Amino acid sequence: MRNLLIVWSLLLVSLSAHAVIETRTFADPAQEDRYKALINELRCLVCQNQNLADSNAELAKDLREQTYKMLTNGASDTEIVDYMVARYGDFVLYRPPFKSTTLALWIGPFILLALGILGLVIVIRRRNRAQEETLSDVERAQVRRLLDRDD
Amino acid sequence: MGSKTRFIIPIVVFAVLVVFLGIGLTLDPRKVPSPFIDKPAPDFSLPSLHNVNVNLGPQDFAGRVWLLNVWASWCVACRAEHEVLKDLARKDIAPIIGLNYKDHPDDAKRWLQQLGDPYQSSVVDANGKAGIDWGVYGVPETFVIDQQGIVRYKHIGPITAEELRNTIIPLVKTLREKKA
Repeated sequence: MRNLLIVWSLLLVSLSAHAVIETRTFADPAQEDRYKALINELRCLVCQNQNLADSNAELAKDLREQTYKMLTNGASDTEIVDYMVARYGDFVLYRPPFKSTTLALWIGPFILLALGILGLVIVIRRRNRAQEETLSDVERAQVRRLLDRDD
Repeated sequence: MGSKTRFIIPIVVFAVLVVFLGIGLTLDPRKVPSPFIDKPAPDFSLPSLHNVNVNLGPQDFAGRVWLLNVWASWCVACRAEHEVLKDLARKDIAPIIGLNYKDHPDDAKRWLQQLGDPYQSSVVDANGKAGIDWGVYGVPETFVIDQQGIVRYKHIGPITAEELRNTIIPLVKTLREKKA
């Protein structure tokens, strides 16, 4: 009974919940907010669909540390972001800047949407026109003949 | 709409989709283009693995084509790459400098003793700061730097014998000839 109780309580312990928590001290809450915003905006390159805040990778830990150090040394948000981009490229940003190489990324979805709407409009127009079609006199006569048939 | 175009449109859409997905399959999302290509190599001054009293940096190899290989004794893929690097070292066309990334010097030395040392020198990047400066995110990584200290190529992950033969060696040779 006692063993069972121990096993049950062990099941309640989650190791992963303690994973990404580092204790940091900040000068003021505003600085803490900036830190949190930054590590949420920066991508971890090892586990590419996670940001620095969520990632447990060794590199993410180092980059969080670097962000914290720069922040407490008085660097601005742009300085920190520029520092990361200079080393890891635009890929490190979850919101890449709007420039020639990222044009397709930003505009592409809207072009596809426009094409889709265009296609839809064309199909609807055609369908409407098809319904409006009237019979010619020859066709009318043909229909009449068929309807009048006895069998 | 003719019955022909009715069939052609979905086929065209499908073909375009196949082409895009096909291209997507050949790309590796883990290989992020380095912002350092055709830019000056980031600086560092780090102690040599075998002689902690000597600091080495990129300026020590200026005027030569050289390779920077980021490695660690804990890195499994580095072990796979090691024979290839030894092969390159035997060819003696460019010095390979090892950046021993976030490793224990004792482990690193033992590793080189067991497997052989292809590096002209290895430098110790204990806290990974130089790694960050070089945009390293997956060990092993290899950079090719030319005589002017410009990064010309970056390889992410272990170099295979094929990549050494088809990409790295030809690149080193053309870079060497450029100056002559």
